Amino acid sequence: MKIGTPKEVFEGEARVAMTPESALQLQKLGHECVIETGAGAKAGFTDAAYEEAGVEVVKTGAALFKAADIVAKVRPPSEAEVKRLKKGQTLISFFYPAANEELMQQAAAKGATVIAMDMVPRISRAQKMDALSSMANIAGYRAVIEAGNNYGRFFTGQITAAGKVPPAKVLIVGAGVAGLAAIGASTSLGAITYAFDVRPEVAEQVESMGAEFVYLDFEEEQQDGAATGGYASVSSPEFREAQLAKFRELAPDVDIVITTALIPNREAPELWTEDMVASMKRGSVIVDLAAEKGGNCKLTVMDEKIVTDNGVTIIGYTDFPSRMASQSSSLYATNIRHMMTDLTPEKDGVVNHNMEDDVIRGATITHDKEVTFPPPPPKVAAIAAQKKPEVKELTPEEKRAQEVAAFKAQTKQQVTLLAVGGALLLSVGLVAPASFMQHFIVFVLAVFVGFQVIWGVAHSLHTPLMAVTNAISSIIILGALMQIGSGSWLVILLAALSVFMAGINIFGGFLVTRRMLAMFQKS
Amino acid sequence: MEFGFTTAAYVVAAVLFILSLGGLSGQESAKRAVWYGIVGMALAVFATLIGPGSGFWLASVVLIALGGAIGYQLANRVQMTQMPELVAAMHSLVGLAAVFVGFNADIELGRVLAMDDTARKSLEGFAALLAKKSSVEIGILRVEASLGIWIGAVTFTGSVVAYGKLAGKVNSAAVKLPGGHFLNAAAAAGSVILLLMYLGGSGSWTLIGLTILALFIGYHLIMGIGGADMPVVVSMLNSYSGWAAAAIGFSLGNDLLIVVGALVGSSGAILSYIMCKAMNRSFVSVILGGFGGTSGPAMEVEGEQIAIEAEGVATALNEADSVIIIPGYGMAVAQAQAGVAELVRKLRAQGKNVRFAIHPVAGRLPGHMNVLLAEAKVPYDIVMEMDEINDDFPNTDVAIVIGSNDIVNPAAQEDPNSPIAGMPVLECWKAKQVFVSKRGQGTGYSGIENPLFFKENTRMFYGDAKASIDKLLPMID
Repeated sequence: MKIGTPKEVFEGEARVAMTPESALQLQKLGHECVIETGAGAKAGFTDAAYEEAGVEVVKTGAALFKAADIVAKVRPPSEAEVKRLKKGQTLISFFYPAANEELMQQAAAKGATVIAMDMVPRISRAQKMDALSSMANIAGYRAVIEAGNNYGRFFTGQITAAGKVPPAKVLIVGAGVAGLAAIGASTSLGAITYAFDVRPEVAEQVESMGAEFVYLDFEEEQQDGAATGGYASVSSPEFREAQLAKFRELAPDVDIVITTALIPNREAPELWTEDMVASMKRGSVIVDLAAEKGGNCKLTVMDEKIVTDNGVTIIGYTDFPSRMASQSSSLYATNIRHMMTDLTPEKDGVVNHNMEDDVIRGATITHDKEVTFPPPPPKVAAIAAQKKPEVKELTPEEKRAQEVAAFKAQTKQQVTLLAVGGALLLSVGLVAPASFMQHFIVFVLAVFVGFQVIWGVAHSLHTPLMAVTNAISSIIILGALMQIGSGSWLVILLAALSVFMAGINIFGGFLVTRRMLAMFQKS
Repeated sequence: MEFGFTTAAYVVAAVLFILSLGGLSGQESAKRAVWYGIVGMALAVFATLIGPGSGFWLASVVLIALGGAIGYQLANRVQMTQMPELVAAMHSLVGLAAVFVGFNADIELGRVLAMDDTARKSLEGFAALLAKKSSVEIGILRVEASLGIWIGAVTFTGSVVAYGKLAGKVNSAAVKLPGGHFLNAAAAAGSVILLLMYLGGSGSWTLIGLTILALFIGYHLIMGIGGADMPVVVSMLNSYSGWAAAAIGFSLGNDLLIVVGALVGSSGAILSYIMCKAMNRSFVSVILGGFGGTSGPAMEVEGEQIAIEAEGVATALNEADSVIIIPGYGMAVAQAQAGVAELVRKLRAQGKNVRFAIHPVAGRLPGHMNVLLAEAKVPYDIVMEMDEINDDFPNTDVAIVIGSNDIVNPAAQEDPNSPIAGMPVLECWKAKQVFVSKRGQGTGYSGIENPLFFKENTRMFYGDAKASIDKLLPMID
């Protein structure tokens, strides 16, 4: 199959979906690669580099769409691009199908298969093609860099000959992939970093990145992150109030705020209100990564940097990944390459579009002239489920009732056992002669004693127990000793052999037990 | 000496034996308990030697001394990792002795029955005891003796096969002859028929036939059980050797034999029960060998196994505050316990909280791991049972799995279709980081893929356990 990447037509987009490196890997899968001239220029990949990697360079986008069986790009296709799609062609790109319904219908009508990189399900196996995560990672990092660029002070605290510099305080709202990346960048620059998320289960991840998790004094059944595929969901008004109150408390103190809170398929929640902005120090910076969806701060202007009257810079760029085009292109191209690996399981250059596969099915939004969005839920839930709620405390009455019931059951069991055992014993006694019964009683009592005694043996002493029981089971020597005085030579021989073997066992068993027990030491 | 003295000695011996087993409830009292056992045994043997019916005093003592010398050598030379083999081998001796003694009873009985009344009166000892029996009693005696022989024979071949498997002389995989359990059932049915014929007076050949069938059952039964079920097998054979002694005790009319046989028998039975419970399997399914059919396709394992080098493990260990080590049979095979103990000593010297988590069926013998660790001078108070430590994993920084597999398999809890579903396992994956020291990527004994190896917080530390630990040691400071 021929995989082609056109130049991005979206204004200002610098990324490219294929790098020379990924092209080499794609060729290993048996595919051919083709690229539109200048497609990688803004990301720092020249046509010459592509040619060197064995990629065919074509002059125009139209020619590329004609030549390629699979078109891989970054941004959702423009209408012109959709028109260029042909039957049987596959398009791989971000698509946001929920927002681009019409475009999706058109693509389906064309008979093209569309794989939306933003629809890759969040399961462990699909992590390598999760382009949203890799882009979010870059966005988080870049957000810190942009903030630093607009913040007039150090991140790290220093004590210099020229005076003491306090460290910057950074608050990161939303600890998703972008948030965690931002925490990582911020802490490694030396800032004191706080992070907040509505999902308390991410506190551990936040702390592992070196930031401090901002806890709310709020008691509420938090929704299980696993139920929503690991994304945050809408929180209750009371919770929101508690959260805003906490932010208000922090606002005068922090120097940099990075908000990353997004809820799938919704307007971004307003978390940083105007009064918080007003209470911030002059020179502070807010980076709103949710600007595209309206922003977590209402003052944010999409794609622009503004400065408020009290001197707070608010950055509303939406193209952070594109601002690091070289890095984001390599990551995105690798995501695409992994997707192709899954699509060509035989590595023979033949695409097997397996709609049974959770990942491929989930990401495919049109196939065979049909819209296949939204996908059915994946068969495997990947995100660790929250701990099951503890069994609730029982009231004393319930406890009592349970105990009584358990006691009754136990009594019943014991009585049945005794009755059955007793009946058996009696029936044996009916037929067996008295001399047998004498021994039999001894036997039953010994079994009983044995059961009582052995339950008390410590688990760690099971091996010595086996060795010692082994030694004492050579008590069979008594039988042999009693028989050795017999008149028959055969009996004497067998008895002698038995005595000999039991002798080995007695000494071996006891000595090895002693040796073992001597080894057990207290610290 | 009078018969009464022997009986009194037996009572004392029986009490001593019970105390000796009961003393094993704690490490300290156990050291005293062994002496009870030794004294009890000495008393019993002495009383029997001076009691009625025994002859060849000197020969007996010489034989015991000879056997004792061999036993002494064995006990001192055996490696702690070879304990399972030793125990199995010793069981086979008890089994064989039971067979011989049982045959003797039959031969004596035949001899006594052939005598006339006057000759009978002149008999003494065991023969005299036989002579007094009524015909019903003789019937019962025959059942008892053949039961003793049968169980003894099963124990003998079973233990020999178990020894072979544990010592690696026989392939430890489950092997079955064509016909499988049907063969066993047929042999058992044949044994019953032969027993009835023997009681009907068909002569000694029936008893020999019975023995041969029992030998076959013992062989075939244990051949069909795979390596990881060995703890159950060994404790089961332990139990059998006890029951054999008890059955022989009945036929000889010796109460001490009965008491001790019953003690050993119930001890083995309880051990088997504990082992089975630890694997969440029924005793029958273990004995019948292999894992039962699965109820559906196993859960697909997601992710990949990520390898790590000694440096990475060392860094994690140096940074960790709490460490739990989970040893398994692999540690015993690689003889890595000394290295592990040294590692623990170093980590503890740094003030870290290091503990061991022992699964009841880790290793090839009940309590096997405890003995190995004790040998390596690991203090027993940091060696924990599964129930004691399972709740501590979430607060643990590093869990190290050394040569164990199925006992740390999360599939037992997560995948209802897994063959080991429901088996209690050590929840090491809840620790912040898990390192698995393992020879290669293979599956465990049960052939079940272990999702633990694919978890995000798991790193595979490939290589022989001993070599791996030795590589790790100098890096811990």
